[in-house]
Amino acid sequence: MMNILGREIPEYIEGYGKVIPFEGTFKRAGIKVKKEVKLNSVTPNDKKVLCGIEEVLEKVELADGMTISFHHHLRNGDYVLNLVVAAIANRGIKNITLAASSLFPNNVPLIEHIKNGVITKIVTNYMSGPIAQEVSRGILKTPVIMHTHGGRARAIESGDLHIDVAFIAAPTSDNYGNINGLYGRSACGALGYAVADAQCADKVVAVTDNLVAYPTCPIEISQIYVDYVVQVDSIGDPAGIVSGTTKITNDPVGLKIAKMTSDVMVATGLVKNEMSFQTGAGGISLAVAAELKKYMKQHGIVGSFASGGITGYIVDMFKEGLFRTLFDVQCFDLQAIQSYVSTHKHQRMSASMYGNPDNKGAVVNNLDIVILGATEIDMNFNVNVTTGSDGAIMGGSGGHSDTAAGAKLTIIVTQLMKARLPIIVDRVTNVTTPGESIDVIVTERGIAVNPRRTDIIEKLKKTNLPIMAIEELKEVAEKMTGKPKAIELTDEIVAVIEYRDGSVIDVVRKPL
Amino acid sequence: MPGNNPGMLQNAGILGADSIILDLEDAVSLTEKDSARILVREALKNVEYGNVEVVVRVNPFNSEFAKVDIDEIARVKPNALMIPKATEEELIAIDKMLINIESEEGFDAGSIKLIPIVETAYGLENVYSIIKSCDRIVAVLLGGEDLTSDLGIVRTKEGGEILYARNKVAVACRAMKVDSIDTPFTDTNDFEGLEIDTRKAKSLGFTGKAAISPKHIDTIQYVFAPSEAEIKHARRVLEAMEEAESEGKGVFSLDGKMVDAPIINRAKNTVELARLLGLI
Repeated sequence: MMNILGREIPEYIEGYGKVIPFEGTFKRAGIKVKKEVKLNSVTPNDKKVLCGIEEVLEKVELADGMTISFHHHLRNGDYVLNLVVAAIANRGIKNITLAASSLFPNNVPLIEHIKNGVITKIVTNYMSGPIAQEVSRGILKTPVIMHTHGGRARAIESGDLHIDVAFIAAPTSDNYGNINGLYGRSACGALGYAVADAQCADKVVAVTDNLVAYPTCPIEISQIYVDYVVQVDSIGDPAGIVSGTTKITNDPVGLKIAKMTSDVMVATGLVKNEMSFQTGAGGISLAVAAELKKYMKQHGIVGSFASGGITGYIVDMFKEGLFRTLFDVQCFDLQAIQSYVSTHKHQRMSASMYGNPDNKGAVVNNLDIVILGATEIDMNFNVNVTTGSDGAIMGGSGGHSDTAAGAKLTIIVTQLMKARLPIIVDRVTNVTTPGESIDVIVTERGIAVNPRRTDIIEKLKKTNLPIMAIEELKEVAEKMTGKPKAIELTDEIVAVIEYRDGSVIDVVRKPL
Repeated sequence: MPGNNPGMLQNAGILGADSIILDLEDAVSLTEKDSARILVREALKNVEYGNVEVVVRVNPFNSEFAKVDIDEIARVKPNALMIPKATEEELIAIDKMLINIESEEGFDAGSIKLIPIVETAYGLENVYSIIKSCDRIVAVLLGGEDLTSDLGIVRTKEGGEILYARNKVAVACRAMKVDSIDTPFTDTNDFEGLEIDTRKAKSLGFTGKAAISPKHIDTIQYVFAPSEAEIKHARRVLEAMEEAESEGKGVFSLDGKMVDAPIINRAKNTVELARLLGLI
């Protein structure tokens, strides 16, 4: 069947189930029911601290076919996921569903575990590196389910994604399971992605390398959610943990894109007191933040909040008084962690508070401007951030679809061509975020505005900015690169791209 | 920018400069001269540079590369060729080459312009006659690094050692009604220094400045662009002039000061420049 974006999706997918086709960004809004959580009550005599991962797996009765979860706040420096899965493999357990909020290059050991049948299903928001490439080659017998950050929280809270055991890497934990990410040698800052897991999983285990005296302070994840605590030598490599932010781009083309983006934001009239803003951690996105900072300082503008994964660049803006508060779902670097530690105005938001469409109002609903990237954009402004130019998975929505849906102004910043390929195509290989959520595309050679946004078109007409139809921009690119060959795909579905509301927006088919 | 860098050739036109100089000379090593020539030739054929003026700096006329540079590049119609260490004789010889090429290719006669670089003591002393030697010349670039090297003196940020050179080039260009392009500021990250250096050049009468980094473009354009106050004043002068003319007055004053021809000319130039820059 075709969903409304013209993507061909089966009505039923083996290993996924019945497909609810995507029908529009807020078409599934309405009455929602949260799942019941079954738990083992803990009495004063019960002790939570266990001796090692082995004992943990005994106590939680880890068995074939269970679903285990992990957060990705330790990023490519995380040790916990690999450690726990190795221990599970050692016990001869099979058919585990791995619900990790993201997977990175350092999760390469998973490939062997998949080949050995230990892991037979993956649910994630983002994957990169060898595991992503192997998944794209069809190493799993069932498709990966790719969520957005908000959508994962939705799935967990609603019960669509049932977690048997949540393993929460805890930079600091006391012996009763009060966790925070602020202190310890593996400090990572806000633990936004672990909250839904802690609140809804059947069993929750804090895995820490910093066991402190009871009670720890502050408490980000409360003892009332945690069953067991286990201490290990190290939960992660600090260098890998705090390396989430890239540098502001030095590339003149990237800087030009950033300047043009700033001009677009100003022209829309949204850059004013009480504005809210979110940008990514990549080079051009940070350059946009730098341009915005210049403008805000020149005009004495104070925003209400900046949100997202927080980088040192946003912290600088916050410290200079340009935003009253920060909403932080994850800290990308040491500066962000230090800011989070030092002031209550740098606030944690859980993934649910960030972008779950099925609660009483996520932060993205209040967002004025978001700056995002793309690997491909098509004539309908649909954006792909899941697969790359070879059709293989190289990322995933993360917060892309969530912020795009909520923000008043969604701007995609990208070079018009990357390597020899145009970013603007007739039809994206995969839709991650639907075109109706995307307002403006800014490239170094021109700016395209979604025809739905006649208000923005009117405002930008009054400027000297190079506004052109998206078709024209594509032609400019193709004049330089030639028309790219379409990626050849097989019929085998290797991933299901679930929109934040649980509907299926697209599927990833294995490249030939 | 170096002509053997395809990425730069592709993006040169969108970085905000009024002219781009695609280089076959000093930015290109000896072993890359042919690659650079081929890439620049192909770039001129295939890349849309829009309204940006495309200038190609060829190798010095007495080098083994110059004639093939000129022959191949002129045939793909750059806006201008930039000639290092140009002498009057060389410019005349190049002019003859271009006349033939333009005729063979069916281009308008004289359509390919020339920009000599003044970067030797000889070039500096003879700048007026160098400009006079050929009708194709539309501008002169002052090459501060090579000039100071030729003079055996130290090149400094403050530029005191090139004051005479700047004065002379700016005046000669004005006399011959061609553009004068100041030598680039070589510290890529010192924007304050760049602004000071650019203001110096402007104050001596230069009409433009070369940049060796796209990061310098904004500052240079900002300095050369008339300020809001200057534009406002220029418009007031022109309005007062129109009013005076309609009242049959030949001479008039504004804000208590007499306005005569030089002031009116400056006002006209300012308004014209502001229009060109899209400031009004």
